[in-house]
Amino acid sequence: MNKICSYILGITACSLQLQAQETVYPARPQQGPIYLKNATIHVGNGQVITGGTIGFNGGKIIAVGNNVPVPMDDVKVLDLQGQHVYPGLIAPETTLGLTEVASVRATNDYQEVGEINPSVRSIVSYNTDSKVIGTLRTNGILLAHTVPQGGLVSGSSSVVQLDAWNWEDAAYKTDNAIHFNMPRLMARSNPFGATASGPGTDAVKAAMAKIEEVKRFFRAAQGYLQQPQHTATNLKYEAVKGLFDRSQKLFIHCDLVKEMIVAADIAKEFNFDVVIVGGTDAWLIPEVLKKSNIPVVLTQQHSLPVTADDDVDQPYKTAAQLQQAGILFCISNEGFWQQRNLPFNAGTAAAYGLSKEEALSAVTLNAAKILGIADKTGSLEVGKDANIVVSTGDILDMKSSVITRAYIQGREVSLEDKHKQLYERYKYKYGLN
Amino acid sequence: MKPDLLQQRPQCYLSRLTYARRAVLAAIGLLVAGFSARAQETWPVNGVADPKNDCYAFTHATIVKDAQTTLSNATLVIRDGKIAAVGAAVTIPKDAVVIDCKGKFIYPSFVDAYSDYGMPAVQRRGGFGSSTGPQFLSNTKGAYGWNQAIKSEVNAVQLFNADETKAKSLREQGFGAVLTHQNDGIARGTGALVSLAAERENKTVLLPRVSAHYSFDKGSSSQDYPSSLMGTIALLRQQYLDAQWYRSSPAKEGLNLSLQAWNDNQPLVQVFEANDKWNALRADKVGDEFGVQYVIKAGGNEYQRLPEMAATKAVFILPLNYPQAMDVEDPNDARFVSLADMKHWELAPTAAGAFEKAGIPFCLSATDLKDVKTFLGNVRKAIAYGLSEQKALEALTKAPATLIKAYDKIGSLDAGKLANFLITSGPVFAENTTIHQNWVQGIRYAVKEDGWKDPRGSYNITFNNTTYPVEIKGTPAAPSLVNKDSIAGKIEIDGQLVKLIINKTKDGQQQLRLSGAIGPDNTWNGSGQDEKGTYGNWTALQTKGFTPKADTAKKKASQELGKIYYPFVGYGYETLPKQEDILIRNATVWTNEKEGKLEGTDVLVRNGKIAQIGKGLSAGNARVVDGTGKHLTPGILDEHSHIAISRGVNEGTQSVTSEVRTADVVNPDDVNIYRQLSGGVTSSHLLHGSANTIGGQSQLIKLRWGANAEQLKFQHWDGFIKFALGENVKQSNWGERQRTRFPQTRMGVEQVLADAFTRAKDYEKAGANKRRDLELDALVEILNKKRFITCHSYVQSEINMLMKTADRFGFKVNTFTHILEGYKVADKMKAHGAGASTFADWWAYKMEVADAIPQNATIMQRVGLTVAINSDDAEMARRLNQEAAKSVKYGGMSEEDALKMVTLNPARLLHVADRIGSIKTGKDADLVLWSDHPLSIYAKPEKTIVDGIVYFDKEKDLELRARIAAERARLTAKMLGDKKQGMPTQRPVPSREEIYHCEDLQAGHQHHILDEHGAETFNQ
Repeated sequence: MNKICSYILGITACSLQLQAQETVYPARPQQGPIYLKNATIHVGNGQVITGGTIGFNGGKIIAVGNNVPVPMDDVKVLDLQGQHVYPGLIAPETTLGLTEVASVRATNDYQEVGEINPSVRSIVSYNTDSKVIGTLRTNGILLAHTVPQGGLVSGSSSVVQLDAWNWEDAAYKTDNAIHFNMPRLMARSNPFGATASGPGTDAVKAAMAKIEEVKRFFRAAQGYLQQPQHTATNLKYEAVKGLFDRSQKLFIHCDLVKEMIVAADIAKEFNFDVVIVGGTDAWLIPEVLKKSNIPVVLTQQHSLPVTADDDVDQPYKTAAQLQQAGILFCISNEGFWQQRNLPFNAGTAAAYGLSKEEALSAVTLNAAKILGIADKTGSLEVGKDANIVVSTGDILDMKSSVITRAYIQGREVSLEDKHKQLYERYKYKYGLN
Repeated sequence: MKPDLLQQRPQCYLSRLTYARRAVLAAIGLLVAGFSARAQETWPVNGVADPKNDCYAFTHATIVKDAQTTLSNATLVIRDGKIAAVGAAVTIPKDAVVIDCKGKFIYPSFVDAYSDYGMPAVQRRGGFGSSTGPQFLSNTKGAYGWNQAIKSEVNAVQLFNADETKAKSLREQGFGAVLTHQNDGIARGTGALVSLAAERENKTVLLPRVSAHYSFDKGSSSQDYPSSLMGTIALLRQQYLDAQWYRSSPAKEGLNLSLQAWNDNQPLVQVFEANDKWNALRADKVGDEFGVQYVIKAGGNEYQRLPEMAATKAVFILPLNYPQAMDVEDPNDARFVSLADMKHWELAPTAAGAFEKAGIPFCLSATDLKDVKTFLGNVRKAIAYGLSEQKALEALTKAPATLIKAYDKIGSLDAGKLANFLITSGPVFAENTTIHQNWVQGIRYAVKEDGWKDPRGSYNITFNNTTYPVEIKGTPAAPSLVNKDSIAGKIEIDGQLVKLIINKTKDGQQQLRLSGAIGPDNTWNGSGQDEKGTYGNWTALQTKGFTPKADTAKKKASQELGKIYYPFVGYGYETLPKQEDILIRNATVWTNEKEGKLEGTDVLVRNGKIAQIGKGLSAGNARVVDGTGKHLTPGILDEHSHIAISRGVNEGTQSVTSEVRTADVVNPDDVNIYRQLSGGVTSSHLLHGSANTIGGQSQLIKLRWGANAEQLKFQHWDGFIKFALGENVKQSNWGERQRTRFPQTRMGVEQVLADAFTRAKDYEKAGANKRRDLELDALVEILNKKRFITCHSYVQSEINMLMKTADRFGFKVNTFTHILEGYKVADKMKAHGAGASTFADWWAYKMEVADAIPQNATIMQRVGLTVAINSDDAEMARRLNQEAAKSVKYGGMSEEDALKMVTLNPARLLHVADRIGSIKTGKDADLVLWSDHPLSIYAKPEKTIVDGIVYFDKEKDLELRARIAAERARLTAKMLGDKKQGMPTQRPVPSREEIYHCEDLQAGHQHHILDEHGAETFNQ
């Protein structure tokens, strides 16, 4: 007989008894196939299937569509009653797990001393027990790209899945990118009294000198890596090996036009697989980015315009302008706890010119492509990992996005988090229900 | 003033010593002539006494006595440094040295009413957060006041040390006397009127104490307080009060030389360095409060708000430091130059002309110029941009002289006044006019004497009996020569000596080389040599004189100039939008009243109020706006905002600063006002930051884009004040050096409050002669329920503590703001009667928000509190409707209740729910028409209305964008044109905005790209 559980979703009461944070467990591997039926499936690639079914087994998606036959044997079938199913959202740029309380130094593990630190790896300090992680799962974010910060070359980043016992379990793609923080290429006003000739020239020159320093590092590394044998091993050079065979990407963090042009030149000179992170002014040079085939991680739609004269909604509509230009981009939110607002950044982009499905791709499939994990995730397609989110309504709109279920690699993960627990605690205090 | 006391300042001894040394140097150096000529009775003479009583007569001159009176072919007689007589029929004294000024103009030398000439250099200091830790009190040694920026005891006359290099450059621009003061501090002491003669100070000081000076700049003060503009204004106010109180010689105060000097300085001319249009109004307002009319030293942007400037009734001192064009060749650099800066570049030279036209009295000044040499050129530029020459002269002579009550001494050429005058080659503001001499106190200072005698004209030169007709052209100072065939030769005149080359052929193969002298009766003769080497004598006879063409400062007739915007930023309006009667038809109306959400409903707006709500309303004369498919809500009110504030939101230098007022520093030019209108915000509560326990008084404004500060303010509103608790006030995240201000723990925070309110209670009981204390006045208002608290707070212990403290002193905490652990003590808050204004979902940015939850608002609301959602952030405020919607998502709050959290509830918290916050007949027409469900992320305001005035309109916004682009393009071309013509340009540096948060120490706020130093360090 088939065991059919019908869930009235949206009532989380069906989930378990309340547990303290420390007894919220990472889920066990998927045991047997699961089918979610009668769902509005947002595939992530633009396609929407209404009244569809998605099946997954062994952590992989095995079927998606309108006419998926649901086997009559020992499977779990959930009737979603029209709820929305999305690929797990991906935070493409975050310090999640590398910090716990921003102002408390002891909890901060994202920035090392020194300017060129390619061998520094974020994955080893990723804390799977961070209380923040649960609050992101609750909003449908199932994967995160944890990025080291600071310096010129801050280190290598890794993609983690957000339901794990330790960082080894969490690792989804390790050391997939090296990060270069480009210095600002902009004349600066001196707060202590600008001189017409002075600080401007210097700020840009100093920035260019630093950029040259990084390029010299890459050239030296390139030379070093030509040699199979070394009397003195250089860990920094070794750390960027993947850049030269394009198994790793170079994420260049920059925002302004000149910076992005320099970034494109670096891609060309070294034949690196370059991604621009930031890209605030990318809307000014779509042709350059398109021609160099450089994707953009657009950070923080919820920003003020750069200048007082910019269109007041410029940051909101930049995504649509890049979409129009045919540039591969994804949408990011800055910070760590703030990632829970990632879907709403995408929602804003949808309000300002993207279609809702394009906006969804910007936090799912496009992010996966840019991070180099699109073979495994980012869309609800057969063969990919079953990273799935179920929502009562439009996930991009805070008005309607209550997440009822989430699966990472087929494992149904807990949607419990510290906030819900405190909520329950004080509802109890006041006798609210 | 008691000079004997002043003499006790060590600085005075120092300056006297310096003086003595300088005098010795002068005696053996450059000034030797002047020294002996003007020797004083008390000074011993080294050598033979040479008393002088010189008399000069300047004849046949065009004498411009003052801006109104010009005498032709007149004579000026001076004796002993003063004007003896002026006129057409003046008898020339027998002992006079006669100087023929035929063709010359004589003007009174200019007077600069704003200068730091001869003052010691000021070492400026950064304030707050210095490397050595906090400094609570003044470092000035002696019996002076508590604040180092109050330097009322300083007297320029005692610091004055004539500086010939600077004097010379000012004289070269026509100045003869300046009012100088040390421009250091908020109160700067007195100014002295001095001449620019290269004489001993004993002679050049014309009036020792003329003026008292003030500014909003604490200058060299290393003391922390005040760190903000609002603190500076509060300090000024308190000084006025303290000085009044000090008149009664309060025993407790002892001797306070600063306050004594402050009082002594009051009868003088009061001059305020405002340097900005809004600061001019701020200064004037302080003046009005204490019956003082300041003379306002302007900064150059005042032309942008002429009606407001006129209303100050002040005399303005206008600098002429026009900005250089920005080098906008690189479009990627030019992008960061704001249209406001570009427009100001274009319009700055119109300022003086605009003041003249508006009838606002003003003087012109050479202050603020990077290079004094550009002064006259800039006066000419002002004339080209609309200033009349007559007014220009008056603004440099009579106006400043009258202003500083010295018109009996200087400012015109009348008998008895000082012999300060210019001899020029023509009308002084004409393009090619040369100032030949500037006489100061009867002493001649050559400026450019070349060309004094105009050599130009036609001559017959006879050399060895051959006559060569030539013409001498060019300018008097740089003449040129051509022969009868127009072949150029050469002429050089050096005083009396002359050198001529006459080319007979074009190739210069045949030429005469002549040298000689110009005789007293314009006879030229000498000897020379021709190309063959033959020597001979020559003479030159003028056959025809030179008739000069009329030459005045060029009027650039048809200049295309941009319009003034209100406010003066890209998104400003050329004409302000007007109040309209509007009928919004067939919208979904969220009333926030018991009627709830009404579908297909009309709302009629008339005279700025909501006139009628219903179906099928008659429009009458009202403009009809189709609301079909759209939603109409009350305007959003942001309970916690830091937009539109100038120069700092925190006066965090002391733990109690209830004397400071956000009301004093409202900044109408902040583009965030417009940006927030585009997000549906119609009112913002502008708060002091959270750097100290008792912060400053707040100001509720309506976002009337284009209005001035006073017009922005919400009228008839209960005053509020910001308090703060927790990590910010105990400086947990301020770095190692900030460990000495009390309090450093939450225990201490309670004591700060207990102490402040205890003092306030005692103060209230004190008798009539008490010192009025603005800090305690504000606390007494709280005790008397005249002022209400909104308190930045996070954790339950401190929330509880404040309520208990309030109970103890008998007042209520009106609002807890941020209040992220409010859910833990919501029952206690309810019992106390406090409301809550919180963030939707912030947490984890610091230790005290570790337990913050996004269900906070819902719990507090369900327990029965009035709950608002606030932004504390200029960006987030544009999406407050979405922040409210998060309570629907996280806490299951009803949609109507959620919307109330950003409209009606904050209005209740701020005691203005009788006027705004819901759509109800009779309330203010502050409305937003949304494209979609107002809690949806897809909703965009199409119209934002304040008082029935459409301040944001989607269509109009598109027009403004297009206008910005066009105006930028026009000005870019104009700037590029300047560069092409070889005019100096400056590097384009980003125009920066002031963006403040309450919580900059946390990771929660994003940083702005143009923001180099993380806004302010200790904002929140």
